Amino acid sequence: MNLKFVEGIKADVTADIVYMMCPMHLLKLEEMMKTLEGGQVLQIMTDYDGALTDIPEWCEKTGNEFLGIEEEPDFYKFFVRKKGR
Amino acid sequence: MGARYFDYMATNPMRPEVLEAMMPFFRERYGNPLSLYELGQNAKGALEEARSKVAQLVGAKPQEMIFTSSGAEANNFAIKGLAGAHAKKGRHIIVSKMEHHSILNPARALEKEGFAVTFLPVDKNGLVDPAVLEKAITNETSLVSVIHASPEVGTIEPIKELAAIARKNGALFHTDAVASAGYLPLDVEALGVDAMSISAHEFYGPKGAAALYLKGGTRILPLIYGGIQESGRRAGTENIPAIVGMGKAAELTKAELPERARRLAQMRDRLISGVLEKIENVYLTGHPAQRLPGLASFCVAFIEGEAMLLMLAAKGIYAASGSACSSKALKASPVLLSMGVSAQLAQGSIVFSLGVENTGEDIEYALGEFPAAVKRLREISPYAGGWGKVKETDQCIPKN
Repeated sequence: MNLKFVEGIKADVTADIVYMMCPMHLLKLEEMMKTLEGGQVLQIMTDYDGALTDIPEWCEKTGNEFLGIEEEPDFYKFFVRKKGR
Repeated sequence: MGARYFDYMATNPMRPEVLEAMMPFFRERYGNPLSLYELGQNAKGALEEARSKVAQLVGAKPQEMIFTSSGAEANNFAIKGLAGAHAKKGRHIIVSKMEHHSILNPARALEKEGFAVTFLPVDKNGLVDPAVLEKAITNETSLVSVIHASPEVGTIEPIKELAAIARKNGALFHTDAVASAGYLPLDVEALGVDAMSISAHEFYGPKGAAALYLKGGTRILPLIYGGIQESGRRAGTENIPAIVGMGKAAELTKAELPERARRLAQMRDRLISGVLEKIENVYLTGHPAQRLPGLASFCVAFIEGEAMLLMLAAKGIYAASGSACSSKALKASPVLLSMGVSAQLAQGSIVFSLGVENTGEDIEYALGEFPAAVKRLREISPYAGGWGKVKETDQCIPKN
């Protein structure tokens, strides 16, 4: 899996799950994606390292677009675009 | 003769309705809320229904309530979890000297980890002065925690004013409302707090269930790592029977609170005025007016709390001295000392905390037996004639 580092992506919706335990990142991702419209971008903030593989994999599996991550000193921001328009 | 219970701050008997609500969850509806089949989802439904009822008691959204096993856990979680998650803002926290050990001790533990902790002084009535917080708070302060009401002296703190100061300075505000839930109306929005602890067995629910209200969007470091229970913030299979009981107790409390508080305040006032009238050299502790309904606390000069408790217990009166947990430690209460009560007088601390099962007749009985017990103890007290060589300045009247 190729991790893309990105900057300045504007998200339509943000979920802050920093310090929440695994696998909240996948549950929250799934839950939030249901609320988005096709083409909208979700930002997930998490400190969980496992998300570095899990979230891109989840995107591949579900056909949503993984836009990349932005690194903060103590957590990551993941950007995912919902499939469809 | 049955005992008369005046120690509702230690714990409460469960309401029969609460026990009844809990019963199916031990044998028939025993599922784990994380299980996907019906038995599990049934338990999940009960968990969320209880969460919603508990949230209503404090004016919160259901998803803002995190269940814990005790008030002490909720308090530890708030102090360690919030200070830890917001250390980037600064490593300074502020707690008052009125706090329960489950706030003071985690604060001291943080001190050992390199956090700076300010212990806010209080006045002779146990009140935290907002101006004092204003002086103590800095840009580095990440968290302020002040107890909502003291279970030991009954004083109700000006939480709204204190929380506003914290907010203005970008610090989070937690309040320990374990002693006030069930006695005072609680509204997290109106108080302006970010976190609040409550415990079921203080409002006629079971032991083993409590909750931390945490304002939506606030980060907290878990105390207990593991699975995704409580949104991944507090691991461990939920104590469903106790949580269901807490939900039922919260529902009853919400409905009955105004009437409960009115009755308790009436009995409290009768007890206070009776004691002050019938016993010499006795002092009401805590704020004379701004106090928990149902809490009558005193310091009796020249004798000791433990002795009074034993004498009263022999007459079927169950009361407390100091806070529930320091009464066995035989130490002068830090809360009383922080209010300026002398160490000698603090030894004579006695607390009557009333609850729904008390009657006016109980109060009259206590007013008959308590002065008699004090009289007998003073007859054998080495200080019967006064404090003797104790310096005038150390004497019994709370200084300030």
